[in-house]
Amino acid sequence: MLHSLSIGELCNALVRKEISSVELTRHYLARIERLNPALNALITVTADEALAGAAEADRRRAAGEKGPLLGIPLIHKDIFCTDGVRTSCGSRMLDNFIAPYDATVVTRLKAAGAVMLAKANMDEFAMGSSNETSYYGPVKNPWDTRKVPGGSSGGSAAATAARLAPFATGTDTGGSIRQPAALTGVTGLKPTYGRVSRYGMVAFASSLDQAGVFARSAADAAPVLQAMAGFDPRDSTSIDTPVPDYPATLDAPLAGLKIGLLREFFEGLEARNSTLIHDAIEVYRGLGATTVEVSLPHLPLSVPTYYVVAPAECSSNLSRFDGVRFGYRCEKPKDLNDLYERSRGEGFGAEVKRRIMTGTYVLSAGYFDAYYLKAQKVRRLITDEFRAAFAQVDLLIGPTTPTPAFDIGAKMDDPVTMYLNDIYTIGANLAGLPGMSLPCGFIDGLPMGLQLIGPHFSEAKLLNAAHRFQQETGWHKHTPGGYEP
Amino acid sequence: MSLTRQDVEKIAHLARLSITEQEMPVYVTSLSSIVNFVDDLSRVQTGTVEPMAHPLDGQHQRLRADVVSETDHHEKYQSNAPAVQAGLYVVPRVIE
Repeated sequence: MLHSLSIGELCNALVRKEISSVELTRHYLARIERLNPALNALITVTADEALAGAAEADRRRAAGEKGPLLGIPLIHKDIFCTDGVRTSCGSRMLDNFIAPYDATVVTRLKAAGAVMLAKANMDEFAMGSSNETSYYGPVKNPWDTRKVPGGSSGGSAAATAARLAPFATGTDTGGSIRQPAALTGVTGLKPTYGRVSRYGMVAFASSLDQAGVFARSAADAAPVLQAMAGFDPRDSTSIDTPVPDYPATLDAPLAGLKIGLLREFFEGLEARNSTLIHDAIEVYRGLGATTVEVSLPHLPLSVPTYYVVAPAECSSNLSRFDGVRFGYRCEKPKDLNDLYERSRGEGFGAEVKRRIMTGTYVLSAGYFDAYYLKAQKVRRLITDEFRAAFAQVDLLIGPTTPTPAFDIGAKMDDPVTMYLNDIYTIGANLAGLPGMSLPCGFIDGLPMGLQLIGPHFSEAKLLNAAHRFQQETGWHKHTPGGYEP
Repeated sequence: MSLTRQDVEKIAHLARLSITEQEMPVYVTSLSSIVNFVDDLSRVQTGTVEPMAHPLDGQHQRLRADVVSETDHHEKYQSNAPAVQAGLYVVPRVIE
């Protein structure tokens, strides 16, 4: 069936005129209509825009244009502004917000000819690790609908796993691509901070946010990153450095690759999880890689560091929601302060308010040095340790998550327990490093992820290492029951 | 350390968030547990470590020529506003 083909296979079928983009788009829209109600992975389905975009892609191809994504459907996380289409960010605050422009990620994928099918559900303002904080309700994991898909890009992950689109965009501030990719059995890539433009991506924590990709394989993710990456003068932290040809190096041999085993990631790791990661390491040894243990003593402090830095930046970024210029406004405000307080109190959900208040507290007079400055210093210690590790090794390897997908509702009462889901992913965000999660096996019938972390701008090496792993193993080919061909 | 109801009321006011009676005890408990959790950082020796604000050191804010780069889109932008009159955003009366 069409939805089991890779992006490369779909592209070949389009080139050979075996299918049109309109037919492919109709196929995916029909799957969305049939399968999404049980998953709640999508907030807005843009069927009319999709069919118009597909017809345009078919015209472009007929006119002789080529391109690996020309006519290929995708789903955007609802954090990316899409001109003329609601951009809710999973929040009541933006339930009525029609974006007046496209995010750069959206512009670039449109230019590459990719066809947007829908906007994906997500944790409100990307704050969550289970997709339960969305104003539009939780997303269900296609492997077991009683389980969470992870978060914050839970809708993008679930939609990719359920074959509702060949690929999806996401964002990763503390693990929001890699963690849901692991829990839904798909391939997730978080690029280097600054590699992909943040313009038009609703801001959560500006020194950590980065856009990336969900796909079914590294080979599918490579052309998508190729289209997304690159300098954007509209993003002040976009990095002006050349984008390599990612698909060209997918098959490069791994002989001599030095892989670091992060001691802190294996200490206390659950036995079955540890076995899966060690099996994956054996695959790499078989491919000619060598391994060495490395230690980052401050890495266990990543989570508390993050839960100072990220809420601080969030409290500042989300001060723009004032009930005046756009977004939710409360009924009958009695004065300006009442307008601010009730618009924000009613427009934001519980977790977003918790993060805004945490950030306000750590930035407030008397606490700034003890919390915010302290966290920024520890952030540097962690970053320096990563840098030292990459002087010795090419890539670091470890688990993506401590456990497989957990039950919906299981961790909602205790924020700190929820925050610890991201214990293995947050370090890469603090240091601005690229990371990937790849399917590497199952625990109790639920998929688990292998995490690879590389030095800055090593996306080509990560994709290469991921692709070679996926040629040796079949984990990424497993499809959740009911979503099979 | 744990936060009191008064602490949370003060933080909520600084953040311009109305918090309901029902929500208040939940925030007192959960914000206290978060503050306790991040207090782990106080045990780290950071001495003269320079605070890190940006993940890629050595990057500077770029400058550009001071020329018009955007056209006027105020009507499109204001179509998202809750209340607009004559091209102006409408808010409750501030000055009597």
